[in-house]
Amino acid sequence: MSYYQGLQAEVVPFCGHNGDQGEAYYARPLRTGKFPGIVVIHHIPGWCEWTTEVVRKLAHHGYAAIAPHLYFREGGPNESPDDLGARIRAAGGVADAQVMGDVAGTMAYLRAQPNANGKIGVIGFCSGGRHTYLAACTLKGIDAAVDCWGGNVIVDNPKDLNDKRPVAPIDLTEKISCPLLGIFGNDDANPTADQVNRTEAVLKKLGKNYEFHRYNGAGHAFFNWQRDAYRPEQAMDGWRKVFDFFNRYLAASATSIAAE
Amino acid sequence: MCSYIVEKTALVGSAKGRKGWMRIDTANVYFDHPYYSTLDHVLAIDFTNEGEGGRDRVAVELSADSARALVERILAALASGEVAHGGATTSVAVAAE
Repeated sequence: MSYYQGLQAEVVPFCGHNGDQGEAYYARPLRTGKFPGIVVIHHIPGWCEWTTEVVRKLAHHGYAAIAPHLYFREGGPNESPDDLGARIRAAGGVADAQVMGDVAGTMAYLRAQPNANGKIGVIGFCSGGRHTYLAACTLKGIDAAVDCWGGNVIVDNPKDLNDKRPVAPIDLTEKISCPLLGIFGNDDANPTADQVNRTEAVLKKLGKNYEFHRYNGAGHAFFNWQRDAYRPEQAMDGWRKVFDFFNRYLAASATSIAAE
Repeated sequence: MCSYIVEKTALVGSAKGRKGWMRIDTANVYFDHPYYSTLDHVLAIDFTNEGEGGRDRVAVELSADSARALVERILAALASGEVAHGGATTSVAVAAE
């Protein structure tokens, strides 16, 4: 048996919010067996190539991973995700309720696969980190959630709330029913170190199962090797934290096929 | 920044995109994470024609410093160009912002 085993990655249809038919990027190990599922929530710029790389990385580590294209309603499958992202931005973004519906739809997709072991994780980056926090608060059936530098979890100015984002996620913290991992850069402007501390204080006060890891010398999106923000040492340690967390809560029977 | 803050302005002009030249009537301007650039944040401008649905765009992602420099050069080009062309500015009505 080869040390590096295969995986399969493709775009698949899924049933999202309100029954809308969307597309998602799905990757899973090729070997036989049951695998935990992980939903990957992309950042504001859109369903980008880096997001698909994260999905494949998770599959490489023994997970069935799926990233819903949160902007699919803006255009067809042949339109560039960045163009759809630009339209979404100009329209004020996507509604939280719609994103939660799409995340729930991809969770259902994972559960319906014959390779599912029944465990579901969620991980998101940037705005997807905020969406992950929201999902941990509002969706049932999540076994582990990873918020990577999600901004606007705390909303200090009520004027920043609107019809699409009507509630500050921090105000829903009491409803969190799964373990939560937070990964943050101390140089980030959103969330700031102070906001991360305040979020942690609420989690601690409410007795939630969480762990936060903060990195010096890193800011926003420091996992993203396509940006100057990339910090290889901190990113490698952060990924180790992510896989340790998912392995602990999702993958008791999953065997990673990748080198740590 | 991780925000949906967009400065929108109506304009009159044309731009060349993947389908060739097109009329444009809107610019969406924002400072946020890029899609393509390696910079942490960019000043991005999407030129679109909302009157025709806004589906096509011509996009740029600029560093903050180069965006400021570009603003200065645009104003300088307008000033010298309008003098060179007799001070005449072609005035075209722009839709309400």
